[in-house]
Amino acid sequence: MGSKKQILNSGDILVKSRVVVVKSPGVISASGKVDKILLSKMVERGLSQLTFESNSSDALRHFFSPTDQIGLKVNCLGGEMASTHPEVALTVADLLKRAGNKDKNMVIWDRSSEELEEIGFPLNVKGEGYLCLGTDTQGVGYSNDLIEYKNIGSLLSQVMGKLTNVQINVPVLKDHGLSGVTCSLKNYYGAIHNPNKYHENGCDPYIADLNSVPQIREQQKLVVCDALRVQCNGGPSYHPKWAENFGGIIIGDDPVAVDFVGYQIIDKIRGKFGLPTLEKANRKPKHIFTAADKDHQLGKANMAEIDLVETAI
Amino acid sequence: MTSFNRRQFLKSSLATAGGLMIPRVIPEGSFLGLSENASAAPAQTGLSHVEAKYYKKLEDEEVECLLCPRQCKVGDRERGYCGCRENQNGIYYTLVHSYSSPPNDDPIEKKPFFHFLPGTKAFSIATAGCNLNCKFCQNWELSQVRPEQIKSIYLPPEDVVSYAKDSGCRSIAYTYSEPTVFYEYMLDCAIAGKRNGTKSVVITAGYINPDPLMELIREVDAVKVDFKGFTEKYYQDICRAKLKPVMDTLELLAKNRIWYEIVYLMVPTLNDNFDDIRSMCKWIIKDLGKDVPVHFTRFQPLYLLKNLPPTPVSTLDRAREIAMEEGMNYVYVGNVPGHPGENTYCPTCKKVVIGREGFTILEMNLKDGKCKFCGKVIPGVWN
Repeated sequence: MGSKKQILNSGDILVKSRVVVVKSPGVISASGKVDKILLSKMVERGLSQLTFESNSSDALRHFFSPTDQIGLKVNCLGGEMASTHPEVALTVADLLKRAGNKDKNMVIWDRSSEELEEIGFPLNVKGEGYLCLGTDTQGVGYSNDLIEYKNIGSLLSQVMGKLTNVQINVPVLKDHGLSGVTCSLKNYYGAIHNPNKYHENGCDPYIADLNSVPQIREQQKLVVCDALRVQCNGGPSYHPKWAENFGGIIIGDDPVAVDFVGYQIIDKIRGKFGLPTLEKANRKPKHIFTAADKDHQLGKANMAEIDLVETAI
Repeated sequence: MTSFNRRQFLKSSLATAGGLMIPRVIPEGSFLGLSENASAAPAQTGLSHVEAKYYKKLEDEEVECLLCPRQCKVGDRERGYCGCRENQNGIYYTLVHSYSSPPNDDPIEKKPFFHFLPGTKAFSIATAGCNLNCKFCQNWELSQVRPEQIKSIYLPPEDVVSYAKDSGCRSIAYTYSEPTVFYEYMLDCAIAGKRNGTKSVVITAGYINPDPLMELIREVDAVKVDFKGFTEKYYQDICRAKLKPVMDTLELLAKNRIWYEIVYLMVPTLNDNFDDIRSMCKWIIKDLGKDVPVHFTRFQPLYLLKNLPPTPVSTLDRAREIAMEEGMNYVYVGNVPGHPGENTYCPTCKKVVIGREGFTILEMNLKDGKCKFCGKVIPGVWN
């Protein structure tokens, strides 16, 4: 899948995590309107490049069976301008449908229905088409039992495990005042009942610990990151003075590698704005490196171990 | 103990059965029947929109909370560690003012207060949220959740006072979770209670900054502080907090002559080192005085410490012995009903001044705040 093997001089085999960045400057207009046709082509291109398949349907079969109940975990806590664009999640869902997955077996979800609705997601809990709902929907809620791992003790959204068995992580890439970067790893803060308990010390090691919980680690199969508009400072809430229409989609199956690439993108944009790197601003996203350490081993967090593919449409 | 639910409040009548109503962190409805039964309406309870009293505004709509030593810096649309204060466009709001979980009229001994109006009831309210995250929390389903994740009752301060009086409670207790996080609500209830002759007692971890604490103790009558341990490591590892601010709180209470008692929950292997207990007792005597009541209470395995056994009674006995060896006058054993360490003994004649079993007063040998047998003044709030 999204990995590439390389034989080192020592004879060891290095397995690189492939991350595909697809860019198209025209995909988002100055006013924020998304070109859905172009976006769909970008996601298709990314999936194909990730899996070496010629089309997105074959690419998606690497990760999902036709009978899977698929969750698409978005991040809509930042309001309309700093959240996953609904078009991104819906594009992925459409491609899954084209690949043979039934729309009723897909759930676009986040913490609260109100927040989903605020940014334009079409709530749907029982009608035709994709389900779209918050964990706070009546009858959903959180698990009765705590998930526990190292520093984590939380209740997990019942969307995971009860409504769905696999996840596509559909985060938005942006700056975060505490963790430095919020992207795919931090997106699962929206899947637990008590994220406020895990923001100390730059959210580290809490983000890595949370992603190590078996229910999350085993369910997550793919990341399709919304980098259409990237805010490089002042996050997670929206500040237009630090936002750039980057016009990108980042796709990978290694969430750590995706976040590491996202971190590099944010630092580059910060440079354009005359801002210091996140490290110099004392906001290096430590959690990405913790997620890659030997205690967590959730993925790769250095360019030598990442097979980065950059392409444009 | 009486529990009150929404219907009972609406009918303005008080019921007589039930226990502490801890809500589940799950919206109502049949999950498996989602396709037929669920609605798209968020299952939220009420959230208040009352501006917080202690915070400062920073650049770019960020705020810094000044209520507790954590001093969370909170971006727009974000919440603090407690989960019940939210920054909305650069203004910090408490989301829980006047929204209590179902209240109870508890014996004051349950808090525990042993030197404060013994044998009376306290009208006990709480909201979601806490500024600590103790691994042994017995009320974590209330304290470690966000307000929209529980059912709460709209109960403004004047109603709290009214129901307290109607149910024969001499005091209002701010308890169960951590009242520091519902500070404004607590303060307004205490002020309303004072106007109507109802006292207020605070059951807290004492993790609060000095300025809000000073304002609070002008309005309340007693404070029970959960002193979690006597090492920074324990506070950090087990409670996600710091020891020093709690010591500061205790010193400030002592200096301001408000009635207070200390509870020390003894957790096997984690904070039951007798050298630490002795050090703590020495500090209490030196900085707070020998008359402050200290309750060594028994741990039960809950929340994130289900792997540990209950505290052996012998451990509690030894801690009590150490405290008394050091010269403390009022040392109790808690959560062991029938233990002789539940009684209050006169430090002079050694006779039982107040006999207890569990939350029940068995005998009262106190007259005008003095030992009936020898006349020794017993510190406390007796009327």
